[in-house]
Formats: sequence, C-alpha cells, structure tokens
Amino acid sequence: MFQLETAENPQKLRRIAIDPVTRVEGHGKVTLLLDDADRIHQVRLHIVEFRGFEVFIEGRPFWEVPVTVQRLCGICPVSHHLAAVKAMDIIAGYGQLPPTAEKLRRLMHYGQVVQSHAVHFFHLASPDLLLGFDSDLTRRNIVGVAQDFPEIAKQGVLLRKYGQEVIRHTAGKRIHGTGAIPGGMNKALTVAERDELRRDIDQMIEWSLASVHMVAALHRTKPEFYNHFGEFESSMMGLVDERGALDFYHGGLRAVDNTGKTIFDHVDYSTYEEVLEEQAKSWSYMKFPHIRSLGAEQGWYKVGPLARVQACDFIPSPLADLERKKMMALGHGKPVMGTLFFHWARLIEVLHAAELIRDLLDDPDILGTDLMADKGTRKGEAVGVIEAPRGTLFHHYRVNEDDQVTFCNLIVSTTNNNQAMNEAIRSVARTYLDGREVTEGLLNHIEVAIRAYDPCLSCATHALGQMPLEVDLVDADGRLVSRGRRNMGPAA
Amino acid sequence: MMLHAAPTPVRKKVRIATTSLSGCFGCHMSFLDIDERLLELAELAEFDRSPLTDIKHCGPCDVAIVEGGVCNAENVHVLRELRANAKVLVALGACAVNGGLPAQRNHLDVGECLTRVYCDRAGGKVPNDPELPLLLDKVHPINEVVRVDYFVPGCPPSGDAIWKYLTDLISGRMPRLEHPMLRFD
Repeated sequence: MFQLETAENPQKLRRIAIDPVTRVEGHGKVTLLLDDADRIHQVRLHIVEFRGFEVFIEGRPFWEVPVTVQRLCGICPVSHHLAAVKAMDIIAGYGQLPPTAEKLRRLMHYGQVVQSHAVHFFHLASPDLLLGFDSDLTRRNIVGVAQDFPEIAKQGVLLRKYGQEVIRHTAGKRIHGTGAIPGGMNKALTVAERDELRRDIDQMIEWSLASVHMVAALHRTKPEFYNHFGEFESSMMGLVDERGALDFYHGGLRAVDNTGKTIFDHVDYSTYEEVLEEQAKSWSYMKFPHIRSLGAEQGWYKVGPLARVQACDFIPSPLADLERKKMMALGHGKPVMGTLFFHWARLIEVLHAAELIRDLLDDPDILGTDLMADKGTRKGEAVGVIEAPRGTLFHHYRVNEDDQVTFCNLIVSTTNNNQAMNEAIRSVARTYLDGREVTEGLLNHIEVAIRAYDPCLSCATHALGQMPLEVDLVDADGRLVSRGRRNMGPAA
Repeated sequence: MMLHAAPTPVRKKVRIATTSLSGCFGCHMSFLDIDERLLELAELAEFDRSPLTDIKHCGPCDVAIVEGGVCNAENVHVLRELRANAKVLVALGACAVNGGLPAQRNHLDVGECLTRVYCDRAGGKVPNDPELPLLLDKVHPINEVVRVDYFVPGCPPSGDAIWKYLTDLISGRMPRLEHPMLRFD
C-alpha cells in the first residue's frame, strides 16, 4: 500500500521546501513537489541529522548514562534523565525507593511538564493561534505575542520559569541537571527552596487554569475549524496508575482505540516488546511502532497530551479533571481527534502538574533526607518508561559485568507519534493546499499541524536519518491523486 | 552606556540571528532561561533567522548565536551563511565550542555507525536521499569552519551567563564572564 510514497515523475515537478521547520524543537524540513496546476504530488518531512547516541553509549559505564542521554534533548532533559535512571535503578539492584526520593523525582518531572508544555505553547505555538496562521511572518513569534498580548506572554514566560526553578531545586541545574542517580536522589530539598516554590504555586495554578480557559474560548470562536483541522481517527497510548488515573511518572501501559475502547491495559512496561512491535519496512530505514495484536496497518497510535488525557479514566487532581471533562464533552462520548485539541489537552496537563506540585510541596515527606534505596541483586537488563511531555518514552539497556552498557534502545515520544503526524499533515494538505497557489501562509498550515504534536526533533534525531511522512492527495471527487510516504519509527 | 536606560525612539535595535546546528536545543532553552528579561531584550533587539521565529534564512544582522557543532554539510552552509551576514558570531555552549557530547562518535567509523543503527538493528538500509545532507565523518567545533568572535562555554551556559554576555555586547562593553557564570558543565 505504500507504492505511492514517491512522485512518479519527480523531474517534471517543482520543489518547495519549508527549511527549516521553525518553532519546533530540533531540526527538520518539509519538501513538497508540485506540478504546473499546483497539484501536490509529494510531501515529506525530513529529519536531517544523525547523532548515533545508541552506538556511542555502548561501552560507557551505566551510572554515567542518566546524565549523558539527557543531552539528546535540551527541552525535555528531565524525561531522559528519569527514564534512564529508572532503568539503572533496576540494573544496579536497588529496590523500592524511599518515599522522599520518589517524590523528589516526581516533583522534578512535574516541573518539567510545566516548563516544557509552557515553552511549547506560549513561546512556540501561540503565535499561530493568537496572531493567525497566515499572519505577518516577521511578527509571528513570541515577541509579536508579547506586543499584542503582553499579559499572556508574561504569564507564559513566568510559568516556564517556575517549572525551570522546580527542576533547578531538585536536579541542581535548570538544564542537564544531575539530581537523580541509580537508587535514588543525590540532593534533598531545603526548607528555603520548598518555601520559595510554595510561595508562587497558587499563582501558577491560577494562570494555568486561565490558559486552559483561553484555549477553550479560542475554540468557541471557530468550533468547526478547531474540531476538524488535521482531524483523523487513531488509537491512543499512555501510562495509567492502578486506578486507571493519569500518571506522568510511573504506571502500566494502556492503549484505547478511536472509540475509547480498551486495547490493552495495565501492561508491565518491561514487557513492551510483547505488546508493541517495531516493524522494519522495505522502503524505510526506520522501524515502525504499532500495537502487535492489531498489526501494522491498524495498530498505529498516538501518544502525548491528547492521548494521555483521553486514555485515562480520570485525572487525579480536581481542577484538571474538571477541565478534562469539559474538553471531552465535545466528543459526545467519543474521543476528540482534531489536531488542535493537543494544545487544549497540553494546557490541562500544565494545570494538573501544577496541582501535583502544590500537593507535593505540602507533603512533609518532600523535605526528607532518606534519599537512597537499599541495594539488592544486580540485573543485566532493564527498561525505564516515563510519560515525557510529548508522550511515552522507552529506555531499554543491557549492562555487562564490568558496568559497561552493551545495548541501548530508545523509543522516543516523537517517533511513537510519527504515523499520527503523517495523518495530521495528510489531512491538512488535503484540505488546504492541494490545487492552490502555495503561499507562505498555507505552508505554515503544514507547520501548524506539525507543531501541535510538539515534536521533539532533537530527540528523534538521536539515531534517525529522516522522519517518515505520508500524505494522500485526492482530487475533488475524492480520488487518490498521490500518496507520499516517508519512513519513520523508533530510531533504535 | 547604561543598559537599562530607556531606549530612545530612534535607536536602532540590535538584530540577532540564532541557530542550532548539531546540538540538543538546550542552549536555546537556556537562552529562554533569561525568563522575563526576554521581554526586556525585545526592546533592545530583534530576531532574524531563529528557531523562535519563522524567518528561514538570515539577512544582515549584528549578532549570530550558534548552538551545536558541525556534523553535516547543511550545518556548514548554515554556519557560513550566518558568518557572512553577522558582524559578531558567538559559539554558544559546549557543542559549538568543542563538539560536545555528539563528538563522542568521532572515535567511531561513521559508516560502521550507520550500518549498525540502520542495518544490523532495524534490518533496513542506510538512509540515502538527496534531501538528506551529507554526513561528515567527524563532529567539528564551529571554529574549524568559520572565524568565531566569542566562545561561551557550558552545557548549557546559564541564562544569566547568556544575559550578561548579550547585554555587555549590546551596550558596547567587552563581554566578560567570571565565576560562577563561567563554567563548563
């Protein structure tokens, strides 16, 4: 079914490149091939870097890994730091973490959810939503937002700052910290640090709630547009705790289909290879993740805020759960599938993370100093999984007797979302671009759909040469004109 | 000249371009760690090409901030374009200064590296497409490709260090970082 990945006569077509894709994290470009009638014959999203982390990490000592692998990504370093350290807890033979250590790690992670989501929404994506998809490109950035909506820009900047400060107080540094070590944490939270964070958290919760309401209000201005921009049906996956509640730090894997029906639930993530399959395709240099029981064509899924918020039974904090219900009511019993709902769900998660931070700061355990677990028997292999801001993140390592890493497999959030991003861009290209004279504003529609996923192309480039993309172009009668497809999958 | 003096209406804003080559985006995030001073900076400066704007190619500008080392042919082109357009070019962070963590692949054969990742593990072929820039055999610090006016170390340099550097530069002082802003982790 992938034979139309490439235009039949590319030499006769005109090439347009969006290079680089901007206001996303990392390096990517989109190329389009068009004929004289502006019909599009090929659209591809390329990741143009190769870094080879999985290869050069081999031979390195395991205790170094939580600090090195976070250099995959400066936007969500805490995700890689914690996913790696969760695996290394097991490798090094540590048992259950003391409550303080786990709570400090959670605090760090929730700070990261706040800062990463805030930087994505306010600094990167909000210019499209607040200024317009095809507004003046020289002003379509955070500075333009600050000029037209100074209060919103200020709140966004300060929300991100708060999240970064939570990370600094728990990890030692705002970016590429060192707080988590195999077996626990190496830094306690001082009373002064706790008080400083506690002082501002109520304001952060208020601003988070206001931002959710702002996106809800934007939706009300053009509900049809927001419901259907980049819309497509898909399964969804995320971690849930034993009650079925959303959990960013730990839990079992749950996947639901496009109607919300469970595909699998409470799966021990160390067995991810039993439920997820990574298929290599002839046209692809990458593997392609899908749910094993459903096969490659039906089994693809999306991860990240919109998937998590809808796959769980509830969000275990009151304000965020109420907002979740309001958003999901728009689906009339079915999950909502429009690409721009990602922003709404993302801000609900900021609110949830802020509520969780408040609860942790009010918990006396957070000031404890018992930071290391008891050491037991070492293991040679382990999997660490976390809900990174962009979705489920898998780290899988094998370590030899000499403490050296001998195998490393990373399935980053963005590669989990590759097929979903293909579908989103396909939907946008079909609706907005085909047969029209391509303008910068129209091209930005493609970028808007990519941005909604908050792809971390930095993460995705860790071993990947290019990211796959598939776009179907149909004529006015719905006949397939062309399908462009590009390989994707976890770079492993 | 005092930085915090109210800019006169006729004062021309300093034009800043930024790019991330073979980096992790952490230096750009650290740049955003100047927090609310970003809004203050917007009064003094304007952005040219940057991952934060939608300007895809840089025009004449005053300062070019480069994150990341050079790992492929495209990085070389982008870096040269910035150098040709900027009065001052700064290597921001460990990767731009000396290659950083990605340069850990330098002791490996890049062809073998690609074979292991794409053939041995994924059972596929090594990516090969005209749209993919040619991969270099090593990751290079940017001063091996262009002249660099300033080096700001750190992984990443802190937001405070970046603010100090930029405000020194914009106000005409010799940029100077001292401990604890000057650090290498």
